[in-house]
Amino acid sequence: MAATPLLELSGIDKSFGPVQVLHDVGLSVYPGEVTALVGDNGAGKSTLVKCVSGIYTIDKGTITFDGNPVAIHSPREAAALGIEVVYQDLALCDNLDIVQNMFLGREKTRGIVLDEPTMEQMAGDTLASLSVRTVKSLRQLVASLSGGQRQTVAIAKAVLWNSRVVILDEPTAALGVAQTAQVLELVRRLADNGLGVVLISHNMNDVFAVSDRIAALYLGRMAAQVKATEVTHSQIVELITAGRSGNIGLPPEKPSDFNGDVVDITPGGDQ
Amino acid sequence: MSTTTTTTAGGVQVVKPTVAGFFHDYWGKVRGGDLGSLPAVIGLIILSLIFGIARDTFFSSLNFANLFSQGAQYIFIAMGLVFVLLLGEIDLSAGFASGVCGAIMAILLTNHGWPWYGAIPAAMVTGIVIGFVLGFMVAKLGIPSFVVTLAAFLAFQGILLYLLGGGKNISITDTFVLKLANSNLSVALSWALTIVAIVGYAVVQLSRVRSRAARGLVTDPMGIVAMRIAGLAVVLIIPTIVLTQERSINPVLNSVKGVPIVVPIIAVFLVIWTFILGRTTYGRHVYAVGGNTEAARRAGIPVDRIRISVFIICSFMASIGGILAVSRANSVDPNTGGSNILLYSVGAAVIGGTSLFGGKGKAINAVIGGAVITVIDNGMGLLGYSAGTKYIVTGLILLVAASVDALARRRAAATGNR
Repeated sequence: MAATPLLELSGIDKSFGPVQVLHDVGLSVYPGEVTALVGDNGAGKSTLVKCVSGIYTIDKGTITFDGNPVAIHSPREAAALGIEVVYQDLALCDNLDIVQNMFLGREKTRGIVLDEPTMEQMAGDTLASLSVRTVKSLRQLVASLSGGQRQTVAIAKAVLWNSRVVILDEPTAALGVAQTAQVLELVRRLADNGLGVVLISHNMNDVFAVSDRIAALYLGRMAAQVKATEVTHSQIVELITAGRSGNIGLPPEKPSDFNGDVVDITPGGDQ
Repeated sequence: MSTTTTTTAGGVQVVKPTVAGFFHDYWGKVRGGDLGSLPAVIGLIILSLIFGIARDTFFSSLNFANLFSQGAQYIFIAMGLVFVLLLGEIDLSAGFASGVCGAIMAILLTNHGWPWYGAIPAAMVTGIVIGFVLGFMVAKLGIPSFVVTLAAFLAFQGILLYLLGGGKNISITDTFVLKLANSNLSVALSWALTIVAIVGYAVVQLSRVRSRAARGLVTDPMGIVAMRIAGLAVVLIIPTIVLTQERSINPVLNSVKGVPIVVPIIAVFLVIWTFILGRTTYGRHVYAVGGNTEAARRAGIPVDRIRISVFIICSFMASIGGILAVSRANSVDPNTGGSNILLYSVGAAVIGGTSLFGGKGKAINAVIGGAVITVIDNGMGLLGYSAGTKYIVTGLILLVAASVDALARRRAAATGNR
């Protein structure tokens, strides 16, 4: 595995008014690997992703991309670096076809005329590079696609632009068993093509099926970032729900940090 | 992944289309709720047959030519409305906006002695300004377009009265402006334009097939392309034959033949808007904003600017509709652009296949829908029905069109996620 992270976050703080959502969060995304980002609802996964994609600006901390510190202020800047996010609601236009969706907002033109043949060719090549062979026609309206196919189009849209890091927000949440398998296969293939992939998921089976590393957020803090092979299913669940498991995870909570509604589990290892 | 069934071209599995397959796909689309202009075309044919059988004057070249100048105002306003409807918005003020623009032109021509080449652009600029104001309030202030344009509908009615000095009638004498809606092209020019249109269409179709084939992309089967060109040729040549007949009641005194001048004017705008919607980035973005505003915004499309622009296009087209209405009536009065004009225009766009829910529609919808509305209006007039009956029938047909739209949408939603 590559030694240097493609995207590295460290010491990220983010508050919304009086509410601090992220505390000193660090995350490393390596090329050719799938990094799963897990955490309970409200743990700060979406906020973290939005900080990386430029929708929110961070209060404190550094983002390093490809070894250089960068500041990301807008989705366009993130896209320019090669960071693409596939949101849960996919952001596809039902009334447009696959090619039109993939190039939305970044259409190729010749003069003032849309260069449809070039776009169709590029879209076809991208889908082919992802070994997608399930669409009948590239000119099919997205409305007529299945959930898995839509996810595929959304992912293909993200990788079309020579992106380096692709962040997927719960790509399998709304899918059936077969389609989930297809999408996970696709996620794995993205990493195998050398991209840094961040997979946000609530589904432990999915996480263990494709990811190389697992980063667990707990109440806005990074509980642990571990190799998927070194932890068990239940350890990750503990990290998500309690912030630590055995000797990995956050240091034992100081009771003063919380209002008493968090159950204090027997202090394990310290760090 | 799943099974590949046929030829693999360029990596992605695609099915080589055949003529039969093309029709099969089209039928599948229709069944899936993507009807386009099909109901309107069928309705137009049925209505024309009914009126033609009931009154043979319906198909006379005099009446046929009359249909175009009668329908021009609806068609122009409807073409603009298509853009607004594509975003799921509405412009209720387009009718009176066309009246105001027509009045501005008439006042400049008659009261201020401006030449036509000053007055017509002034009317168009008025339309653009009106559209900008409406669009700005909808996009930037976030007022629902229904409310903004309802207010504008009332206000423009007042402005029109005010401009006309409390309801006077201003007539125009400028021959150029009068010719727009009342004169015809010469027979030779009529045929020349028809042939240019057919050849132009054929060239566009064939060059598209060639450039796609050269890149190894899927092309429409040649049979379908040939059918399209032949279809357009028939649709253009038959009316040209009819319209180039002598249709004057007293040919010795005053010969009347040739394609009405409004036809090429409509055709030019139809081609321009079809090109802009289908082949430019701007058009693509209009569809995107209409289909999924949030997706468009995330894709970096300036949603507000698109929203303002469609209102500008709508009011601009309304101004041209107003100019033609004034030309046809030789004058402007407080009811120019009023009464049923707006509702007929919205009806035209919707009957033609533009969805009221946004995201679906083409410029041609306005022309086909406008033709349906005009045929009803004209045919029922010939049959001697009262205005009351005409309104009721038009209302029912609009209701049918809106139901088709809503049902098609439900159908599409049901079949969309197979």
